Amino acid sequence: MLSEIAFYGAVETGLIYGLVAFGIYLSFRVLDFPDLTVDGSFPLGAAVAAVLIMEGWNPWLATGSAVLAGMAAGAVTAILNVKLNILNLLASILTMIALYSINLRVMGRPNIALLGEETVLTPWYSLDIAYHQVPVLLFAIVIIVALILLWRFMKSETGLAMRATGANARMARAQGIATGAMIILGVAVSNGLVGLAGALFAQSQGAADVTMGVGVIVIGLASLIGGEAVITPSTVVRALIACVVGAIIYRLAIAFALNADFLGLQAQDLNLITAVLVTLAIVLPGVRTSLVNKLTRKKA
Amino acid sequence: MISATDLRLTFGKGTPLENPALRGMSLTVNQGEFVTVIGSNGAGKSTFLNALAGETLVDSGTIVVDNVNVTKLPTHKRAGRVARVFQDPLAGTCEGLSIEENLSLAIKRGQFRGLGTAVKKQYMDKFRESLSSLNLGLENRLGDKMGLLSGGQRQAVSLLMASLTPSAILLLDEHTAALDPKTAAFVLELTTKIINEQKLTALMVTHSMKQALEVGTRTVMLHQGQVVFDIAGKDREGLEVKDLLELFEKQRGLTVDDDSLLLG
Repeated sequence: MLSEIAFYGAVETGLIYGLVAFGIYLSFRVLDFPDLTVDGSFPLGAAVAAVLIMEGWNPWLATGSAVLAGMAAGAVTAILNVKLNILNLLASILTMIALYSINLRVMGRPNIALLGEETVLTPWYSLDIAYHQVPVLLFAIVIIVALILLWRFMKSETGLAMRATGANARMARAQGIATGAMIILGVAVSNGLVGLAGALFAQSQGAADVTMGVGVIVIGLASLIGGEAVITPSTVVRALIACVVGAIIYRLAIAFALNADFLGLQAQDLNLITAVLVTLAIVLPGVRTSLVNKLTRKKA
Repeated sequence: MISATDLRLTFGKGTPLENPALRGMSLTVNQGEFVTVIGSNGAGKSTFLNALAGETLVDSGTIVVDNVNVTKLPTHKRAGRVARVFQDPLAGTCEGLSIEENLSLAIKRGQFRGLGTAVKKQYMDKFRESLSSLNLGLENRLGDKMGLLSGGQRQAVSLLMASLTPSAILLLDEHTAALDPKTAAFVLELTTKIINEQKLTALMVTHSMKQALEVGTRTVMLHQGQVVFDIAGKDREGLEVKDLLELFEKQRGLTVDDDSLLLG
């Protein structure tokens, strides 16, 4: 079974990917904008935070800058789509590819180690709790704050306008909503959250690497879909909680799968397991419904 | 007041499918008028409405709403002056949002949207009052998702949303055409009630000549992207469908061959 350290490690990574899932919820679900920029904005956030921390910046300021960098990347994708009429999926792929070069430029080399540097986690290690619980505590606080802020935003006039933009753009325009501006704002905020996740990930793992973004979109989607299978996203707050729960369940499932010796799985099987989990998460709710229908039909 | 002058619009210019939809359309609607617009398929009714709303921009001509030239403005910048109900009952509302959220979106039509709570408590009395005038019991279902409502109910709410805040003109695009006859009659009755009570200026496109004469204060017929006749007041009183057809044939030397116009 899972050791205590492996368990907390999975929860810690799950909390970080919960932020990614928030971003993907915003683009895929709220705006109906399939955005793959995240594979580039995640390492961008990590790169910006790592470089600034190495420069001696305050780690929170460095993390904030990573959020802004992520937002800028998202805005580029959305502007390519809204202003230049490039298909949304293609626009995001273009930005993602461009970010690979930009990330190398930002770091000046393929990776930066943060060992021994002061990160957002450093002051928390002096607390009287176990070493491996510190990141879980801090990231839980971060994600709760992010959840509350996002929830309030979605309930605001601008947030409601954004939800209407994704759900029914023609109706939104007829209500005087600048749908283009809403898409740019939404995709920017989405990638800002992913940039935050990247910055926190680099600080908890002690390194930023130009390849660390590969597959972030799939993991984020897995968390989103998995969460929705567990918690029906009938309201905004439920949908946001589902993102966090989904991300943690996903990381725990991966940890269990890799730790279960009788399965014979190894680290290199990670992507295969991810694909299987996403498939199960998509298929299982349907199976459950049809099973319920079969079991209850006789009464009718 | 809304005035369109010499609107011209050709779809697919320079292609084999070139289609001149508007060919010098001019129409002025005065404050408080309720104009019904008829015409066969391809007459330019929907294009005209889309041009007024801003969904399609015209090639030439001018559109002035309340002394503001809006010809080049996109839909969302006209929305404060132009309210609209679509033909598709599902198009005017967001099914994933609740009734109160939809109404809260509409109450800010054309206004600045900030970071304050969208669904405000002070709106609720107004929402309940207007919903109860529909007699559908929706005033007790403010939190329900729009998607739970039937097409007719959603069209009734769309109508309410379009009239929550003042506008220079209300555009109705065959908004009863997709409903069953009984529901269509209900929505039409509701339309005239709202327009009369709030003294709205409205433009209603319809496929049915009968409907065009029964409601409103003025009837305009479009043909091949132009206004072929325009009747109001005494001339319009007591007019029947066959009179309209005669009028049309006399003006154009044409016979109406679109069955749906006759049957509707």
